[in-house]
Amino acid sequence: MSLTTTRGGRRQRPRGTRRFNRRDRIVLGILLGLAVLVDLFIVWGPTLASVGLSFTSWDGISEISWVGLDNYRTAFTEYPQFWPAVRHNLMWLGFLGLVATPFGLFLAVLIDRGVRFSRFYQSAIYLPVVLSLAIVGFIAQLVFSRDQGALNALLGRQDNPVDWIGDPDLNIWMVLLAAAWRHTGYVMILYLAGLKAVDSSLKEAAAIDGANERQTFFKVVFPTLRPVNVVVMVITVIEALRAFDIVYAINRGRNGLELLSVLVTDNIIGEASRIGFGSAIAVVLLVVSLGVVVTYLVQELRGEKDR
Amino acid sequence: MAQSSLTDHGTFGSTPGHRAEHRMSRRTLLRGTAIGAGAVALPSLLTACGGGPADAGKTIALGSNASDPVPKKAFAEAFKAYEEQSKDDRKVKVNTVDHNSFQENINRYLQSTPDDVFMWFAGFRMQFFAKKNLLHEISDLWSGFDGFSDAIKDQSTGEDGKQYFVPYYYYPWAVFHRKSVFQKYGYEVPKDLDAYVALAKQMQKDKLVPIAFADKDGWPAMGTFDYLNMRINGYAFHKSLMAGEKAWNGKEVKEVFDTWRRLMPYHQEGANGRTWQEGAQSLQKGQAGMTVLGLPHPGQQFPDADKEDLDFFAFPEIDPEHGQDAVEAPIDGFLLARKGKNLKNDKGMAAAKDLLKFLATAEAENIYLQHDPNNIAVHDGADTGKYSTLQKKAVDLVSGAKQISQFLDRDTRPDFASTVMIPAIQTFIGNPQDVDGLVNDIERQKKTVFASD
Amino acid sequence: MSVAPAPAPTAATERVSAPESRPRRRGRWGTQIFLTAVSLGFLAPLLLAVYASLRPYDETAEEGYFSLPKSLSFDYYRQAFTDSEMTKYFVNTLLIAVPGVLIVLFLASFVAFAVSRLNMRGGIVLVMVFTAGNLLPQQVIITPLYAVFNKIELPYWMSDSYLMYDSYWAVLAVQIGFQLGFCVFVLANFMRTLPKEIVEAAIVDGAGVWTQYWRITLPLCRPALAALGTLQFTWMYNDFLWALVFINTGDKLPITSALNNLSGQFFTDYNLLAAGSVIVAAPTIIVFLLLQRHFIAGLTLGSSKG
Repeated sequence: MSLTTTRGGRRQRPRGTRRFNRRDRIVLGILLGLAVLVDLFIVWGPTLASVGLSFTSWDGISEISWVGLDNYRTAFTEYPQFWPAVRHNLMWLGFLGLVATPFGLFLAVLIDRGVRFSRFYQSAIYLPVVLSLAIVGFIAQLVFSRDQGALNALLGRQDNPVDWIGDPDLNIWMVLLAAAWRHTGYVMILYLAGLKAVDSSLKEAAAIDGANERQTFFKVVFPTLRPVNVVVMVITVIEALRAFDIVYAINRGRNGLELLSVLVTDNIIGEASRIGFGSAIAVVLLVVSLGVVVTYLVQELRGEKDR
Repeated sequence: MAQSSLTDHGTFGSTPGHRAEHRMSRRTLLRGTAIGAGAVALPSLLTACGGGPADAGKTIALGSNASDPVPKKAFAEAFKAYEEQSKDDRKVKVNTVDHNSFQENINRYLQSTPDDVFMWFAGFRMQFFAKKNLLHEISDLWSGFDGFSDAIKDQSTGEDGKQYFVPYYYYPWAVFHRKSVFQKYGYEVPKDLDAYVALAKQMQKDKLVPIAFADKDGWPAMGTFDYLNMRINGYAFHKSLMAGEKAWNGKEVKEVFDTWRRLMPYHQEGANGRTWQEGAQSLQKGQAGMTVLGLPHPGQQFPDADKEDLDFFAFPEIDPEHGQDAVEAPIDGFLLARKGKNLKNDKGMAAAKDLLKFLATAEAENIYLQHDPNNIAVHDGADTGKYSTLQKKAVDLVSGAKQISQFLDRDTRPDFASTVMIPAIQTFIGNPQDVDGLVNDIERQKKTVFASD
Repeated sequence: MSVAPAPAPTAATERVSAPESRPRRRGRWGTQIFLTAVSLGFLAPLLLAVYASLRPYDETAEEGYFSLPKSLSFDYYRQAFTDSEMTKYFVNTLLIAVPGVLIVLFLASFVAFAVSRLNMRGGIVLVMVFTAGNLLPQQVIITPLYAVFNKIELPYWMSDSYLMYDSYWAVLAVQIGFQLGFCVFVLANFMRTLPKEIVEAAIVDGAGVWTQYWRITLPLCRPALAALGTLQFTWMYNDFLWALVFINTGDKLPITSALNNLSGQFFTDYNLLAAGSVIVAAPTIIVFLLLQRHFIAGLTLGSSKG
């Protein structure tokens, strides 16, 4: 890809050729080529291969056999965990997008107004982001366990304990809370960075015009955050669709905590190797992701034209 | 794809930084990359200094899934004993991966660069890999073995009638309880289902939870399912059901779930949110009367002071035709990986087999169990003198068994056990009413899973 | 048109105090109390985990986690550190994460530089290929990569398994490939905000592409690189999936797997595990606290383009 770009330059592109001499082209060719090759080799090639595998039956050891759309049919009609997983992924997206992300923005705005101890607030709220799977799983056990957990003790419900994790109607909400716990800090930091870069003269001008704080924010500040909004949107979607580790740490994504990523893992990674079937579920996840990617690309292209 | 990826890798491998590192960094172009690549190669360089590839016949590579301190040390002692008695000065090089990762990775491991000898499970889980031609047959060794019962030999045998597995220890499942609680209330050990139910009712009257129950981990409830199934339908049915030959929506399995449903009111509530450790804890605290678990489980949850108070009885009889014949006792042991690093030459193979021969002796089992008293030896000649009361009782239980089953997730295909049965049993625990819907669901998925072969 | 981005760290932190002198002090107390409450709420689970790690398992199993302590000690920390051989695994993680972060930042910054500063045709397509790649679910690529890694032979000095599988190279390559997209995306956004004049001046002086990138653009990106470096380090450090599927020698596993050594086949001493997790989490927390100032400034992502 990079090579065509450079070669394109040679074909009398006025602004290209002028700037790139031979050495430049070598540098560009090697470094861009390397990056593109790594990306194609690690990400895109295997992804396409997985799409191919999704039409096969393979246990990872014996021969691969072609089964057409069977895996998809099985997933859609026979696999009891499939539709709940889709639903949970969408709930995840909705909850992060409508609750956690706005909350992160809200916290960022509050902190950006210049409160004391802002460093402490930032650190405390961001801390969950850096924690690994193991500790998150333990914390969930610690807080939500029916018999020994802190939540039931705190609510004084030891005699009539609530089964926060075992009750399939309830546990997804607890997990969403945990997910929001990790997502909010991330969003907050991104917006905080964006807000700090907003030209303060804009705000002052608005204040002089008599706008109150809320109006200033929505009319003046928020529109200038567009680039951050795009990033946050992309990250929110990634986190929602790729959501995996919290449910995996709690109960391996079973009994009301099914997610597509977990079903893929269950079928592909473990000793259970239904690779074709797992790939089919992965492709479903892929298609959903691509929907978002396309939306993002369209937006980005438009933005590019505006520039 | 493969082609382009190879060339791609070639490009990757020949970045300047990489070469610089190889030639001991002559240039510092792209400094960051060079340092990075150097750091990565460092450990392999260090190993290279340590003598290079292991010389065949001297060093036996052994893949272990015993990563927690107690079994890890116990195995280390056993291997040390082997090294000391080895006349050829052979060494065992242990590669320990934590139990869970080892299991998740077993397919990839056996197909790439496995160790010569590795630890794994008996029964279907072993047969599966034997069938996929990922194991070496060791029937020749078996002809020289003694001290293993037929049931155990059977569990070490592949579908082709050849042996692939050296059994090392096992642990039975049973109904555990506290002696002091049984004494306090004057409970009797129930022999059959009616007595079991009567006892459970009495416990409820005494304000105890009759049966501590937990299935958040996904596997503990399988023990109850297996016992109900084997008591109602017998071991032969269990075997063929697990092999995918019998229907899950037939009357036999429905009967199992129906019986379980009748027992549900005596089981602790909210099992899907409880780890087995929390379940065992309610037994330990005297809040629950009994629980169905394996030998190593409650023992580890009990503080040392309470361990002597722990006792068990065999799962009660349901159909007199099957009595209490079958005992669930998963066996762990050693196998030879087909692609084992040193097994390609005869010397390496001889060394690995020599190790297996040693591990199949009573002496080797004694050394292990001396350091890990949560299991019992499979060899008849093993020294039971130092066993705890509970271990001795476990020996009686398994030696009286007519058949030995492994466990639901060891007797059937792993994909079926983990992607179908774990969710199905959890669904049943959450809502025991819809047995018909459940068994039909299982049967439909079973057909798909077993058809994939 | 564009606000000077590079000196952002100091400018940003100093500006914090500027609006403070503005009116509306009334709401301030409410804000402080609210933020304190939220912060404590966010910290509480973590503090509870630390608290549990100081108490013996038998005690919390008996009394529940939310109870007064009978005994507190750091014994579990010592045990976790020695039992899981943490040092060895920590080194393994650094062997992957440090070169991983450096290489990914190097490659990504060059791609970002090329597409955002050189007005190349197809630049936007390139960014899209990378960014979209970042959105793909990780599990999708595992099986094909395993099959390929298992076929790539390496010399002994690179991998003692003679294969790319079961070597650090596999994990490193995947980490780099998979994180490249996000870094390109963020850095391209950041570089667009840099003033064009600086590079143009350099071109007049006859600077080649490499000089424009290494000497002129990269120094301006320091805050963004610091921020991304922090994030990337956290992610690579916390990763367990790649190592789990591409490495099968216990001694090569990263620190996240060391924690698994603390739980047995059946029994897990959760309090010991908590102590281990706290030790393992410490480096990422320290890195964040150290780089916090640069971190926030570096993530401005070009929003200064008002």
